[in-house]
Amino acid sequence: MNLSYDVVVVGAGHAGIEAACASAKMGLQVALVTMEKKAIGRMSCNPAIGGTAKGHLVREIDALGGVMGIIADQSGIQFRMLNRSKGPAVWSPRSQNDRKLYSEVAIRVIESYEKINIIESSIVEILVENKKVSAVVTSENKKINSNAVVICSGTFLNGLMHTGLKAVSGGRFGEMPAAGLTECLVQLGFESGRLKTGTPPRLNKNSINWDVLEVQPGDENPQPFSFRTKISEFPYLPQVNCHITYTDASVHRVLEKGFNESPMFTGLIRGVGPRYCPSIEDKIVRFKDKERHHLFLEPEGLDSDLIYLNGFSTSLPTEVQLEALHKIKGLEEVEMIRPGYAVEYDFFPPHQVDLTLETKLIEGLYFAGQINGTSGYEEAAAQGLIAGINASAKILHKDELVLKRSEAYIGVMIDDLVNKSTEEPYRMFTSRAEHRLLLRQDNSDRRLSHHGHKYQLLSDELLEQVNEKKKKLLVGRELLETIRIPSKEINSLLVKIGENETESSEFIAKIVKRPELRLKDILQCKSENDLALLEIKNNNYLIEQLEIELKYEGYIKRQEEVVKKVEKFEALNIPLSFNYLNLNSLSTEGREKLIKVKPRSIGQASRISGVTASDISILLVYLRK
Amino acid sequence: MFITYTKYFAFSRLAVNGCCKNIRFLNGQIITLKAAMFPSNHQPSSIKHPCYSFPLSVFLRTMILQNQNDTIVAVATPAGVGAISIIRISGKKSFEAIDTIFSGKIKIAEAKSHTIHYGKIIDEDENLIDDVLVLVFRKPHSYTGEDSVEISTHGNQFITKEIIELLLPHDIRIAEPGEFTKRAFLNGKLDLAQAEAVIEVINARTDVSLRGARNQLDGLLSKKIHELRTQLIDTSSLVELELDFAEEDVEFVSHDKLLLMIENIISEIDKLLATYSFGKVIRDGVNVALVGIPNVGKSSLLNYILKEARAIVSEIPGTTRDVIREEVSINGILFRLFDTAGIRPSKNEIEIEGVLRSREAVKNADVVLFVNDVQQKISKELREELLQLTSGEKIITVLNKVDLENLPEKEADVYISALTGYGINNLFVKLQEKVFSGNSYSEHSAVVSNPRHYENLKKAIIYLQHSINAIKQNLSGEYISIDLRNAENSLGEIIGEVTSDDILNNIFSRFCIGK
Repeated sequence: MNLSYDVVVVGAGHAGIEAACASAKMGLQVALVTMEKKAIGRMSCNPAIGGTAKGHLVREIDALGGVMGIIADQSGIQFRMLNRSKGPAVWSPRSQNDRKLYSEVAIRVIESYEKINIIESSIVEILVENKKVSAVVTSENKKINSNAVVICSGTFLNGLMHTGLKAVSGGRFGEMPAAGLTECLVQLGFESGRLKTGTPPRLNKNSINWDVLEVQPGDENPQPFSFRTKISEFPYLPQVNCHITYTDASVHRVLEKGFNESPMFTGLIRGVGPRYCPSIEDKIVRFKDKERHHLFLEPEGLDSDLIYLNGFSTSLPTEVQLEALHKIKGLEEVEMIRPGYAVEYDFFPPHQVDLTLETKLIEGLYFAGQINGTSGYEEAAAQGLIAGINASAKILHKDELVLKRSEAYIGVMIDDLVNKSTEEPYRMFTSRAEHRLLLRQDNSDRRLSHHGHKYQLLSDELLEQVNEKKKKLLVGRELLETIRIPSKEINSLLVKIGENETESSEFIAKIVKRPELRLKDILQCKSENDLALLEIKNNNYLIEQLEIELKYEGYIKRQEEVVKKVEKFEALNIPLSFNYLNLNSLSTEGREKLIKVKPRSIGQASRISGVTASDISILLVYLRK
Repeated sequence: MFITYTKYFAFSRLAVNGCCKNIRFLNGQIITLKAAMFPSNHQPSSIKHPCYSFPLSVFLRTMILQNQNDTIVAVATPAGVGAISIIRISGKKSFEAIDTIFSGKIKIAEAKSHTIHYGKIIDEDENLIDDVLVLVFRKPHSYTGEDSVEISTHGNQFITKEIIELLLPHDIRIAEPGEFTKRAFLNGKLDLAQAEAVIEVINARTDVSLRGARNQLDGLLSKKIHELRTQLIDTSSLVELELDFAEEDVEFVSHDKLLLMIENIISEIDKLLATYSFGKVIRDGVNVALVGIPNVGKSSLLNYILKEARAIVSEIPGTTRDVIREEVSINGILFRLFDTAGIRPSKNEIEIEGVLRSREAVKNADVVLFVNDVQQKISKELREELLQLTSGEKIITVLNKVDLENLPEKEADVYISALTGYGINNLFVKLQEKVFSGNSYSEHSAVVSNPRHYENLKKAIIYLQHSINAIKQNLSGEYISIDLRNAENSLGEIIGEVTSDDILNNIFSRFCIGK
């Protein structure tokens, strides 16, 4: 008997989990295919979620109704808000997580959806009829019919793990690779590439001299990722510390001895690795002048003996790794439970997908996560969510979901992938978002919840809560703009910060613009109408949000104006059937790229690498003819 | 072979001829543009300040809407008698067509690119038309980016006419005005700034002007903007480093260092902006008004300068009732000389009108030559009046009719005799000094002469000043960064380059990132 599902999700990592849950919430029958049920939501690299810009992604996933934030909150053993000394736009939440618990919570979440059926197998073939996906075939040669397939294969496609000159097939330590799928996709006409990523050695907690190491604690008042996590119950788990140590010249000398057996330097690895996450041997070679590199000792879990040595990613031979570790302060006696390794895997350069993450070649086939050349759990989850929503929307004949660059980091990421493709594993950075000031982690619910609600990922009640917040902010803002504080009261504040006194009373909205003054303190002053301000005074969220909005009003306004200007070009559509071959005037590279990417708008076309300013002028002139 | 070709054209220069302008560069590139490619009211000859900048959108539109699949031909050298004439063919059928009328050692279709071939042009009846040299350019290595051929014939318009007529039946048409350049642009042989420079080359009136436009074409300005943009990217990278890589073990930049870097860029842009007045001079020329009380010899001076009697010279005061305008090139700079009627009270209606126009000319002048007669005192009233019309810095006080044997000691900037020519060179030096106003530019300096570029540079400075304010207010990096990026985009627009990846690429190459 043939199985039949509305949506098939291949792979149950961070992308697969989101894709499956989104589809189930939208009311569809989902098959979640994974080699091993236990491996659902397994963190293959560091036991942490979030970080700069990645934290934004998690908040956005959560605001859209995804599950990553909730799983991270429930398995988090340390929470920090990074960049707190900077402006609010670049604050980014990060957590250390209990690796085992993360996976357990993820399985629990998946199992809470009746509509998701977990199938333990691997997919070796995709069946296509008339350029439309019709079914997938498992390694047991079982056919699963479906018109929507989301591939989230992670590092498993022809995965090859390197330690020294030894290479073992596999997508993760102790797990088999997925063979056959790449070949099938290539046969269908897809172009594939090879990337590389690495992971550091795991150490035995009990063999480390903790007393000599620098401590890195979590925040005193930890903030959850999810807007749905109740602060009163948070954090769920006991909180732990990380530790910091450093390499030095003696460590570097030992590592250098192993260079002739490095799969990187001997050319054994041909995949391209990420420049922002180089191996320790790469750092030594490329930055010779740097005498030391810092390393983070991150606990893998509350009852785990494993320590993850962040910053020491390596593929040098096991003996060299161990010898070098013993030269590091605090690790003189360390026991290495598992060596670091590099993993090479297949990916499909992402210009082959559309902004919905559906492949341009095969209707109903979606790619999400590392298969699109990204790295990182958060990047993967965000794509899984968008691919899941769009795959289901297609089955249900609903509108597609494409987030704008001015709307979400997720929009920036997918737009980058599609238009610029990528030659190294793509990681999110706040600097990639040109409208960064508008895309704060604290306002992601206000930015995105209406989308989540539209696709039934968020309940009416949750949306109502967000709308309520928006309303309160509007009212609050109006109050601060119309209520004055007498000069005497302001002057007491101004004296404290050593500023000149003022003679007249001032509106609160104006006073708060002084960089040194905090809204919290200003609200302590006696105002014209203290009663009206009562609700704001008692609501820290309102105080924080209003302060941001008012203090940086000038910048936010300017950024909003830029968005408006840009959107004019985003609204200039290019017909899908547009024949670039008819336009001899385009530069050769520009034309090639335009044909490859098939941009939807002039705005999108202008971001494609290789398309020049004159190509755009030519398109503009032509389209306005 | 290529070297020979380059030398061959080393002597060519800007040629202006009626409706056609061919500009040959020393590197052998040829730009052919004809006046008719401009909208009729924008004939180059009628282009007045400040309309020199030809609207690029019109340029683009004209270019795109034409079919460019076919093959075109035109005479590339000016009409008239010369030692040689050159016919240029460009397009797919160039080689096929030339082979039907050319008889040489080998077929042109088989010739290598950048080779010269001697042979004969013959008509259908095997009559010899001319001995010629055929130059072969294979795509994309030609001016237009297409297959093209140049035929050097003896300089005779009947020969060129005959050859073109022979070519026309072979699916070739006469080129539209400016079509060769159009094709060059559309085939990516010229970028935006270069295309603009081409427009300026067409409009170039003097050697320096041409050099200025060529510098832009050669990318001097582009190069300078690239440099500034790189500096900006370096600065932005330092700001972004702290935002995206706060957890990394890298040293972050101090506010003082950042301020220094930004101020440095501002001062560089300021220097570029300062070249604009000079750039404008290069483009538009300098307006010089000759003023003085009647009969001090203004017209004689003008005549001497022009060395031709165009203005009416007489002994009756007030003869030059109108403003007479002449253009002259002094050391490569275009001076537009306005000979004004004498400024003095009058009851004659025509003369009153003349005086009014004279005042107008003074107001609009970049330099005022205040001419006086050595026999008389320097007119204080007129001096006062001039100072009301224009700034003292623009005025050069000239004493005319000096007698060599009896040099006066009156206060003036220059002493001349429009009769003997004494002191004229000194006057030229003074004129140039006013133009350069103390700055020295060489043809190797990047010069801003395009108003769009000027505006973008000014915008960049405003953004940079914003970012300085943000730093001084101790705002976080993302607020500093937003204006640095805006400034970077403003510069990028000049050279048509804007990409956001540059900053991250720069960070990855300079700093050890990755914990």
